[in-house]
Amino acid sequence: MSLSSSFFGQKFGITEHDLESYLSEALSAGGDYADLYFEYLATSSLSIDESIVKSAVQGVSLGVGVRVLAGDRTGYAYSGDLSPEKIRKAARVAACIANGPAQVEKTGFDESHKRNLYPLLTAPHETSLAERVELVKRADRAARAADSRVFQAQASYVDSLRQVLVATSDGVLSFDRQPLARLGVSVLARDGNGIPQRGYSGGGGRVALDFFQNEKTPEHFAGEAVRQAIVQLDAVPAPAGEMTVVLGPGWPGILLHEAVGHGLEADFNRKKVSAFSGRVGELVASPLVTVVDDGTIRNRRGSLNVDDEGVPTERNVLIENGVLRGYLYDKLSSRLLGSGTTGNGRRESYQHIPMPRMTNTFMLAGESDPADIVRSTPRGLYCANFGGGQVDITSGNFVFSASESYLIEDGRITRPVRGATLTGNGPEALKYVSMVGNDLQLDEGVGICGKEGQSVPVGVGIPTVKLDRMTVGGTAG
Amino acid sequence: MIDPDLATQTIRQALERGATDAECTLAEGEEFSAVVRMRSLEKLKDAGSRAAGLRVLVGRRAGSSYTSDLSAAGIRMLVDSAIEIAAISTEDPHAGLPDPSELGALTADLQLYSTDIQNLDTAYRIEQARATEEATFAADPRITNSEGSSFDAYSGARVFANSRGFLGSYRLSSCSLHSTPVAREGQFMERDYWYSSARSYAKLESPAAIGRRAAERTVRRLGARKVPTQKVPVVFDPQTARSLLGNIFDAVEGNSIYRSASFLAGKLGERIASENVTVIDDGTIPGLFGTSPFDDEGVPSRRTVVIDRGILKSYLLNTYTAVKLGLKTTGNAARGITGNTGVGHGNLYLEKGDRSPDEIIRGIQKGLYVTELIGSSVNIVTGDYSRGAAGLWIENGEFAYPVSEITIASTLQRMLTDVESAGSDLDFRGSVASPTVVIREMTVSGH
Repeated sequence: MSLSSSFFGQKFGITEHDLESYLSEALSAGGDYADLYFEYLATSSLSIDESIVKSAVQGVSLGVGVRVLAGDRTGYAYSGDLSPEKIRKAARVAACIANGPAQVEKTGFDESHKRNLYPLLTAPHETSLAERVELVKRADRAARAADSRVFQAQASYVDSLRQVLVATSDGVLSFDRQPLARLGVSVLARDGNGIPQRGYSGGGGRVALDFFQNEKTPEHFAGEAVRQAIVQLDAVPAPAGEMTVVLGPGWPGILLHEAVGHGLEADFNRKKVSAFSGRVGELVASPLVTVVDDGTIRNRRGSLNVDDEGVPTERNVLIENGVLRGYLYDKLSSRLLGSGTTGNGRRESYQHIPMPRMTNTFMLAGESDPADIVRSTPRGLYCANFGGGQVDITSGNFVFSASESYLIEDGRITRPVRGATLTGNGPEALKYVSMVGNDLQLDEGVGICGKEGQSVPVGVGIPTVKLDRMTVGGTAG
Repeated sequence: MIDPDLATQTIRQALERGATDAECTLAEGEEFSAVVRMRSLEKLKDAGSRAAGLRVLVGRRAGSSYTSDLSAAGIRMLVDSAIEIAAISTEDPHAGLPDPSELGALTADLQLYSTDIQNLDTAYRIEQARATEEATFAADPRITNSEGSSFDAYSGARVFANSRGFLGSYRLSSCSLHSTPVAREGQFMERDYWYSSARSYAKLESPAAIGRRAAERTVRRLGARKVPTQKVPVVFDPQTARSLLGNIFDAVEGNSIYRSASFLAGKLGERIASENVTVIDDGTIPGLFGTSPFDDEGVPSRRTVVIDRGILKSYLLNTYTAVKLGLKTTGNAARGITGNTGVGHGNLYLEKGDRSPDEIIRGIQKGLYVTELIGSSVNIVTGDYSRGAAGLWIENGEFAYPVSEITIASTLQRMLTDVESAGSDLDFRGSVASPTVVIREMTVSGH
């Protein structure tokens, strides 16, 4: 693709000459490096509640962010207006971080990537709003029909298409068109006049409408949401204290995201504020554990052709057979640490400074039969589903919330228990992994990761895993 | 400032295109941030943006749109998008605008905007951040690293207009100083923070005070251990107690009430908490972060008693949730630029008691003083509560040692009933505020 045939060339008439002039403005006070991030994000969202489509929204957000690096300093400015004078003004503001003679930057650009991990049958704007409404209506009907104990159902569908252009002062130009869609269903169920219980299910990825018509249907998510709510109707209080925990496959991979992923982001390690700082080559997990972060999986929520700094994403091994292998880098960290790039520089929007972030983070499959893992556990907790999680990367302490879990008694999954927080310490927790299943699953595609006020879509995954020790925060003795 | 007339023009265009009612929000803001880390400038950000949001009703069908393109073409597309998407929504008998008699704005000076921030030049702002980090390092030799100190500033404006004749606008400003030190001792490494924020620079606390407090909060965490699983009294410091107010808000806001998705649904007039719990939402207190002349539907902000000495007195409602429940709006409509109107709060706080935090701690034989909560396993439907915690262990009325990697659990119903006292240390550091709170008993889970 050439700039003139790209989205920003076509719609806004941006030329290579323009980009070069903005970049030289950005380096006019002597920065080492500058880049421009142009973004045009079109979003539509619908939600149904009480069988009424109450909210229907569409909108557009566009702008450009200008970044200048000078040593370990970052100058940043943005404009929601793509007129040349406004972009130049932003470039001049960002330039102020540096203090020296103007840098002469390279002229001409090379295009960075040549692959497409998320080809679409039809782009969101090519499908009618009526077809999208039908998705939430189907979810609503399916949830209400699934069980007479369901008394509230809500469903929402959001899709977006983000057009991105990144131009850097070292002469790289990259374009990307990033679709993202998500369908979610939430229900409340109760027995007679008993306490209501909530169930939620959702999924999606870098896909469009057809994915929900052909692969993961509204009925699939509605059925799963209802199942989770009904299970909770019989739940007993969760246990409290240390015990054996078995994680089911898929979304429980959020454990890896919190326990190790964040602590391996290179900005924290460059600053030596992470519990994992300076520990590459050390054993930080059981030898059964290999964890990767892979931004190159087709159509996954956390995947990107190029990251938000124009660097192609990769499959990066973080922990190999228990040994810490490496960190996740953005450009600033890789420049300062003299390492290679990993394609993990991400940002929420043109208004935000990129930083190292995860893409799709998961543990590779092991050799155990999942049924054997449960059978080998005399007493413990089996966690099938989670809400969110959080980590203090400095102490390494993390938590995650089990939304669907069961007691394991005499090697059998028995009673469901109420929601509870699980807690552990990052560099220690995975040392207690004693069995890894052969059933790796990636999540359904709902993850949102927050860091320093910026949210980005991510994926996680894990096979069935047994941890011999973890603290469970229930109320039962 | 952004021209308020653009909002009325947008509404006129929407009515011309077939809307029967319309609401338009305009927002603009400029943000500034300077981060100093390890005594050297690390980040400087300075930029501004604008956006417009439109909600139309075509009969009883609602549609919304937003854009960051405020050109004539951008506004045309905004109007077309809203009309187009309204056509595919469903008739909702409860959808509508506030009754014209409800519309209005407070006229007193609410002190939401101050020019003293914009008068500070970039060098001075960087110096404030540098002085804050320096004060943090100076406070304790165990502070050996830092995630930086920052000076942030914001100024902006908000305009709201509707097709029933309401047009209002106001300006906002704020500034803040943060410090995030890292302390090390032996194999222990801990991070904490402290900050001050205000709508004018004159009200901001000094770099010295923020730095000292950030350092104290961080070093007292060094050497943290786990404790055995047990049931004990739990004291929330004012920072963590704020999150309990957040949980109460989630349980009394109109959307969760009309959906029966709250453990407080249907409990109006009933005793739901101990005598020591009085919760107020007040959007009218000058100079605070939860204050505004009108809510995001053009209804004046007000003071609402939510819980009065343990009795649930009022939900917090916007027009839609009020109509659904057969009640009146409490002036709590909240709307970003995008989408339907939700429910928000003004300054939401727990009324203070008469004992100082020191007196409260002295009265506890054995218990947990919580200074940090992480994770969010709080279920508003059932009230189930379980969160990760860190803090200080209390023995014989004194702090004995720091604890971490533990959880605290109960239900919100029990916790509200178990509030033994509220401290005298109510401090507005944001739009939600609480004094120290003592809960008679929770399950602490450790080893």
